[in-house]
Amino acid sequence: MTATNARAGRTRAKTADGEGAVEKRRNLSVGSFVLLAIGAFVFLFPFYYMLIGSLQTTPDTSVGGAFPSPANITGENYVNINGSINLFKGLLNSGIFTGGVILATVVFGLLVGYALAQMQFRGRGVVFAMMLLVQMIPFQLLLIPLYVMIVRNYGLGDNYLGMILPFAINSTAVFVFRQYFMQLPSTLFEAARIDGASEFRILWQIAIPLVRPAIVTAILLTFIGPWNEFLWPFLVTKDQSLQPLAVSLANYISNIAATASNPFGAILAGACVLAAPAVALFIFFQRQFISTNIGSSVKG
Amino acid sequence: MTLHSANGPLRRVAAVPAAPAEAGTPSSAGPRLRRKRGSPEIKQKFRPLGKQPLGLLFSAPYVLFILAVLAYPLGYAVWISFHKFFFTAPGVQVDRPFVGLDNYVTVLSDPAVQRSFLNILVFMVINVPLTVVLSLVLANALNRVIRAKTFFRVSYYVPYVTASVAVIGVWLFLFQQNGLVNSLLGPLAPNPSWLVNSWLAMPTVALYVTWKQLGFFILLYLAALQNIPEELYESASVDGGNKWVQFWNITVPGVRPASVLVTLLATITGANLFTEPYLLTGGGGPDGASTSPVFLMYQKGILQGNPDVAAALGVVLVIGVLLIALIQNRLVGGRAGEE
Repeated sequence: MTATNARAGRTRAKTADGEGAVEKRRNLSVGSFVLLAIGAFVFLFPFYYMLIGSLQTTPDTSVGGAFPSPANITGENYVNINGSINLFKGLLNSGIFTGGVILATVVFGLLVGYALAQMQFRGRGVVFAMMLLVQMIPFQLLLIPLYVMIVRNYGLGDNYLGMILPFAINSTAVFVFRQYFMQLPSTLFEAARIDGASEFRILWQIAIPLVRPAIVTAILLTFIGPWNEFLWPFLVTKDQSLQPLAVSLANYISNIAATASNPFGAILAGACVLAAPAVALFIFFQRQFISTNIGSSVKG
Repeated sequence: MTLHSANGPLRRVAAVPAAPAEAGTPSSAGPRLRRKRGSPEIKQKFRPLGKQPLGLLFSAPYVLFILAVLAYPLGYAVWISFHKFFFTAPGVQVDRPFVGLDNYVTVLSDPAVQRSFLNILVFMVINVPLTVVLSLVLANALNRVIRAKTFFRVSYYVPYVTASVAVIGVWLFLFQQNGLVNSLLGPLAPNPSWLVNSWLAMPTVALYVTWKQLGFFILLYLAALQNIPEELYESASVDGGNKWVQFWNITVPGVRPASVLVTLLATITGANLFTEPYLLTGGGGPDGASTSPVFLMYQKGILQGNPDVAAALGVVLVIGVLLIALIQNRLVGGRAGEE
């Protein structure tokens, strides 16, 4: 069969060279399109259902319930979840946790990224090797010692600092900074040094303005980590007023939901509030998100 | 001027990273400068810390962070696992006797731990092949399609960027006893339902994680597919290789390095499983059918106050993952060497 196919293919290639290939490609493309459309439905439907479910007065789990019905729409669930867990406070805590990590990552990441790319100093190779090795350390091994150190020894439980510390500098972002600084010509920096500019001034006035896109990508890349993180803030915060939204929503799911009149409505309303900032940010900046994540993971 | 003023405090900060550098990396700046010192036209000073020693100061916060938050705890974890360790109030000095392998014996002889490792194995057997096959097939389709490419890419990636806690909420809703999935299946719906069925709980968790992570792996494969030269497909189609032959003989070997990475990352994700058994199956239920080692670490270490046993469990888990990763590397990447 393959032999005849091969012969047919070859003659087709000889006679109607382009046409056959284009035809074949178009068929392929239609098949791929159908496959991708099914995939997109599977990926997006739960999000659509999350929104619909959060707006239902009584949960309708029949097939018809997947379509919005005007008689069954309410904002009540958002009020209910806000009564059990303070959504604004949760968002604020998530924001402080994420913001702290981003701030530390950008400030210290730019410093070390610039040093690794454009400065020559003893130990540079060691710092670089460290940065690569660190990304292979499994977090589950650090769980117990970090808990002992941060919560028990330093008394940083129920404290923003304790939450931020293990995530403070994102090594992937450091890698991204280094890659961007590497692309700048080193002659630029040598010239500035000869002119007597200090390294801080070179970094602040020359290097950083040239890598603004790197800062955007590093912020995006760092954002999803702490915003979505559950295990660590769950371990260090017992005080409800300090819990990020992911933790307070999880506590609601596992402890309180059973006593609510429409538990799923409330859970889904909370889920929408938690998901919305990350999804919105991702859709808005999707180009930066995708290119950096892939680039760094393939190279790193 | 700045160099001079910075040199003093620098040496102290530099002491940590600079010391191993002498042995590890063949120092690039040192000898070259020493040679230049003799020549009269270049009046350079001897600089043992390199041309821009300030780089050490710039790197110092990051190095300190790694040492304090990653390197030290790594050693501490191993130390805890070999000692009798319990929680104390800050500043209290207590005796922590060396107990050898006692904690490891406790961990390995615990049926709950054995069960959790079995669960993770079930998880990986479902999750890893499913992830590799689905993400490669979808990436391949995404690579061929021209229209709506961005839309597809975004829709596949959205679950990956969303908090697990949020999407677990909707999965609970979909897979509950009288949820949408069961009402679609009608009489085919499993009884007891998905997440409370001891046979289906772990596969459902595996399915959930596959769904959540797939977008990331699709994009990873998409990047790898760009490295396969188009000519290979053209010459194959001239030789009459059909779509399937092309996929199997060009695409699959072409993305093998990415496949090694995908299997490794999927395995690590599986070993890190915590949020899913905690929330999706309500604490590893039913009856321990979906507990994970990290969930047990939390339970034993923090809830029951046995951090030494939990640390030993962590060490066993990491060694297990390393072994599985080595085997996978042989299976997935090994063939590339033979060809």
